[in-house]
Amino acid sequence: MEFLSYLLQQCINGLQLGSVYALIALGYTMVYGVLRLINFAHGDIFMLGAFTGFFLITKFHLPIYLVFILTMLTTGFVGYLIEKIAYKPLRGAPRISLLITAVGVSLFIEYLFSMNALFTPNYIGFPRVFSVVTYDFPLFSITNIQLVIFTITSVSLILLYLLIYKTKYGRAMRAVSFDHETASLMGINIDWIISFTFFTGASLAGIGGILYGIAYPQINVFMGIMPGIKSFIAAVLGGIGIIHGAVIGGLLIGISEVFVSAFISSTFRDGIIFFILLFVLLLKPSGILGKKLEKV
Amino acid sequence: MKKRAYVNRIPLMICVLLMVFICPLNSYSKDKIKLGLITPLTGDVKTFGESSKNGFLLALEEYTPKGRYTIEPVIADDRNDPTEGANAALKLITQDRVIAISGPLTSKVAIPVSEIANKNRIPMITGSATNPKVTVHDGNRKPYIFRACFIDPFQGSIAATFALKELKLKTAAIVYDVGNDYSKGLAEFFKSTFSKGGTVVGYESYQKDDVDFSAIITKISSKKPDVIFLPDYYNKVALIARQIREKGLKSLMMGGDGWDSPELIKIAGDALSGCYFTNHYSPERKDPVTETFIKKYRGKHGVIPDALAALSYDATMILLRGLDSIKTPSQEELVRFLSAMKNYKGVTGNITFDKNGDAIKSVALLKIEGGRVRYVTTINP
Repeated sequence: MEFLSYLLQQCINGLQLGSVYALIALGYTMVYGVLRLINFAHGDIFMLGAFTGFFLITKFHLPIYLVFILTMLTTGFVGYLIEKIAYKPLRGAPRISLLITAVGVSLFIEYLFSMNALFTPNYIGFPRVFSVVTYDFPLFSITNIQLVIFTITSVSLILLYLLIYKTKYGRAMRAVSFDHETASLMGINIDWIISFTFFTGASLAGIGGILYGIAYPQINVFMGIMPGIKSFIAAVLGGIGIIHGAVIGGLLIGISEVFVSAFISSTFRDGIIFFILLFVLLLKPSGILGKKLEKV
Repeated sequence: MKKRAYVNRIPLMICVLLMVFICPLNSYSKDKIKLGLITPLTGDVKTFGESSKNGFLLALEEYTPKGRYTIEPVIADDRNDPTEGANAALKLITQDRVIAISGPLTSKVAIPVSEIANKNRIPMITGSATNPKVTVHDGNRKPYIFRACFIDPFQGSIAATFALKELKLKTAAIVYDVGNDYSKGLAEFFKSTFSKGGTVVGYESYQKDDVDFSAIITKISSKKPDVIFLPDYYNKVALIARQIREKGLKSLMMGGDGWDSPELIKIAGDALSGCYFTNHYSPERKDPVTETFIKKYRGKHGVIPDALAALSYDATMILLRGLDSIKTPSQEELVRFLSAMKNYKGVTGNITFDKNGDAIKSVALLKIEGGRVRYVTTINP
């Protein structure tokens, strides 16, 4: 009984972490779908999301729903800009050039914003948006922060699902991910769809940034690196390019991280996550959900 | 052609003439010496860096009117990053040619920097790096390195003894940063002393960039320890402490000198209320040297100096005292002076370096209460 409750409690901890990973992993997967590019700057967009939320809350004292909407628009716009400035001129270049550019963009964002005139490299306390309430149940307890994270993540996922599978734009995105040329012959504006994909992926990372700030109230310019890498692993684990895969991968990585700490040793945690990446790449490079090569 | 070459040389000749005139003038004033400070002015322990810089500059300011030399400060930011610190040390030593180094502040930076300083024969006094490896490496004393504070085996055992004897606690859990020499060392020393009288029920580690401690905390809370020892710097401690209270764990928390920052209570809120930590000094210490220092510091910066400011002030003052006491400003003589120095009256207590270059000093035990840090007791070695 006690063990069951311990297990459940750790599961909830894992889901909390996994939800944020899932939100970031979606951006990786969507961009990969349309461009075959691992956008390494995605973790930094996540960081910008946390900082945008921080400024909107502390400087403008906006209500929290407005903070979410404005942050989504801001990070989405940043994602759009990155694509226009850094990746678009390389359309048609070898994929390795794009990949190196992505690493460059990531470093550029980190070190630009770590300047003292901008965000500084210091740790900054994220404000508490609401006070923490813990609800105790017979087998587990859950905080209102965890509930907020689960709710916002699920709502975003449902909206994203509707966007991709029920709208004209979603259909265009899926078409682009199959074949750029054929899609453009069907009258789809490829550039527009790619920009739109970056925008959507980046706004999800923005939500992830705020949720992260709320759950772990300390932010700094380099906070995006580790979650970025882990979400990338999550996307690969689920099958890169597959929307459901990113979600499943994110939750799995979150839960396995917590379980390694809980049952093996907290020292091995990151090691085992990277081991999972190696394992997936060796045995099933297309990921859990990847059959042949299904896209977006 | 000939005429032109002559014209070209005019500025050079003016320079030479100027130098001839200026040089004798200069020789009437004091000799110039560069003194280095390596400290984290940005990054995760930035308040430490600011305090120690204030302490350093205050020491120079007091020295200037009466001192033998004109001291030119060279201040470098290490971001609390060992690589940055090592780069800063190399720059200070090879480019700026400092006579000695005050700092670095944290053990994880002080250890690599001490290797560099020792190899280049530059005396270094760290104000607050408490890990034993700063002055001694694999049993070998680094002769150019000194410290103005106590070391972690002492600090850790005092904390553990206090928890066992005074607070009568039976079980302890320790949560530490596995990549940080300071945190790891202090955790080990606390563990070895505590397990002599009580039981250590949890010994968990995390990494520098971790922010999610829920798995560790859930694991510990099933063991219900009386005390949780958090040997890390204030930023991380505040984050962990908040998550511990949010998970409904009521255990007492204890820590070391890394807690000493006004940011700690600001970030942690009331999560740390009633918790204890060991420190180098308390501003409530009754001593004329301490009182004048606090008055001056307060007049300048408007706040009561923390231990980092006091230690950096002491370390710098000792170096300056050394420079004035020796005949010529040479590194070897400075080291000889420091090794022989007895009972220097510092702000944080009397300082004599032992055979390892470590100061033998007492530990102040402090308690967080009502959003303030209060002095509890002093424990002598």
